[in-house]
Amino acid sequence: MSRPPLDIGAYEANDGYQSLHKIAARMSAADVMETIKSSGLKGRGGAGFPTGLKWSFVPQGESSPQQKYLVVNADEMEPGTFKDRLLMEGDPHLLLEGMIISAYAIGASKAYIFLRGEYHGSVKTLKKAIAEAYQKGYLGSNILGTGYDLDIILHTSAGRYICGEETALLNALEGKRANPRAKPPFPQVSGLWGKPTIVNNVETLCNLPGIITYGIDWYQGLGKGADAGTKMFGVSGRVKNPGVWEMPLGVTIRELLEDKAGGMQDGLGLKAFLPGGGSTDFMLPEHLDLALDYDEISQKGGSRLATGTMIVLDDQTCPVGMIGNLMKFFAHESCGFCTPCRDGLPWVDAIFRDFEAGRGSEKDLDILKEQVEYMGPGRTFCALAPGATAPLGSGLKYFEDDFKEHIKQKRCTYKD
Amino acid sequence: MSSQVIASTTSRARVLTEAEISEIEHEKTLYPDNQAVGLEALKIVQNHQGWVSDESLLAIAEYLELSVADLEGVATFFNLIYRQPVGKNVILYCDSVSCWICRGDDIKDHLSEKLDIDYGQTTADNEFTLIPVPCLGDCNNAPVMMVGQDLHRNLTKNGIDEIIDQYRNKNA
Repeated sequence: MSRPPLDIGAYEANDGYQSLHKIAARMSAADVMETIKSSGLKGRGGAGFPTGLKWSFVPQGESSPQQKYLVVNADEMEPGTFKDRLLMEGDPHLLLEGMIISAYAIGASKAYIFLRGEYHGSVKTLKKAIAEAYQKGYLGSNILGTGYDLDIILHTSAGRYICGEETALLNALEGKRANPRAKPPFPQVSGLWGKPTIVNNVETLCNLPGIITYGIDWYQGLGKGADAGTKMFGVSGRVKNPGVWEMPLGVTIRELLEDKAGGMQDGLGLKAFLPGGGSTDFMLPEHLDLALDYDEISQKGGSRLATGTMIVLDDQTCPVGMIGNLMKFFAHESCGFCTPCRDGLPWVDAIFRDFEAGRGSEKDLDILKEQVEYMGPGRTFCALAPGATAPLGSGLKYFEDDFKEHIKQKRCTYKD
Repeated sequence: MSSQVIASTTSRARVLTEAEISEIEHEKTLYPDNQAVGLEALKIVQNHQGWVSDESLLAIAEYLELSVADLEGVATFFNLIYRQPVGKNVILYCDSVSCWICRGDDIKDHLSEKLDIDYGQTTADNEFTLIPVPCLGDCNNAPVMMVGQDLHRNLTKNGIDEIIDQYRNKNA
């Protein structure tokens, strides 16, 4: 961060916490939920599920459990993803304001921030911001005279990528091994300690204050294409100016990669890229003019927008090695609960090590293709292994020549 | 309550310090049951002791009336809970994809050579333990690593030598 995080005074001077005053004056929880539903906001954590719709599954009314929870998924660990940390360290009150809106809408009196254990900087900024928000009466009991109470508890994770899966996250928060849970019941109905629970990503929550303060029309007007609002977009890899930028949904990939990230470093060409973290399918230079919105990336790009943080593969880095790096990660992070993931990923990882050592064979390619099927969507307990098959399956398709060259020359052809 | 024994060892629970107990008691106010506090207590004890020994694990299980086997299952699941002693400085080295593309592997080899340790090992002088970590969320500054709580970015071979020497001098 190039500047200190906004304190509450600076934040308030920039319309911070205005949404809460608006809510206190004239919006019921149902009004807030309806507004977010109509806004078209989709979850920014990776899956892109409509946020208001997710909230609407929480049972309401007198017969529903009175204790409900909001949990913030701040366990940013998708390889190549570095947007939530920036938000928490650069604008922590934006997250808190979003949390208060979300918790109010679903009727939660307690909210936990499940924060990546390694994010020590975020601990500092969030702790300070939470204390300030209590002091100003935005947290605690009877917030702004509404009679609504909310406490926020900052929880740091003890590690493991699987905690990003929302039911595994809830198990970790309960002090258990972070294996995912069977669904249904979904957390909205039976989540943390069996109570109705909404798990929202950091960036998703950061969208809420603007929607309430400035309205649905303003928010929808921000998007350039089919999707509403803005998104944090990142670029990493060997480009001239790697970074993360807030941009309207619907800008082209080319604008992000060339105008913002400055294009490839001198002497390097663009070979391919993962558009939204390690669990997305490779896309190619021919896709550069597609718009960065949810449907276009999946329907025309064959991938997913997911976290919106692009990982760029240059033409002097081995695609087989890059996929091998991702497979090692996924194999290590499998929680070990279900067979296709626990046994499939280490097998795939071992094959990539063989390729690296010049021992890859045609038979291995067949096994890898089989594993893409066996670990694919619907075959496993959660989305971890299917996520791994995204770069694996697309990589086998796009980089077949590179795999074959490794087999033929019995070595990695990108090394001297 | 009788002192519990881990089957594979003859370890006995150690006595938790006052500071540890007071922090564990604070966590109890934030969570509705002791199982959730158990994981927090592991972090608290590690924060004070550097790692979680058998004796510490038993002490937490006794104090919170948790099953030793359950708590051990939890302790060994999470990669930031250390069930073996670590050096004064834990180096979490990002071995994930963006850092790899930016040649983080070469720099890791250089670091390993300098410290004469590989992943999972501690230097002979007990100063550094080297552990791989997935993505530290700073990919625009790849390659990166974390030493203790400090993030070090845009690593180069020369730069990493200086960083290591700084910690050595700080600890000297």
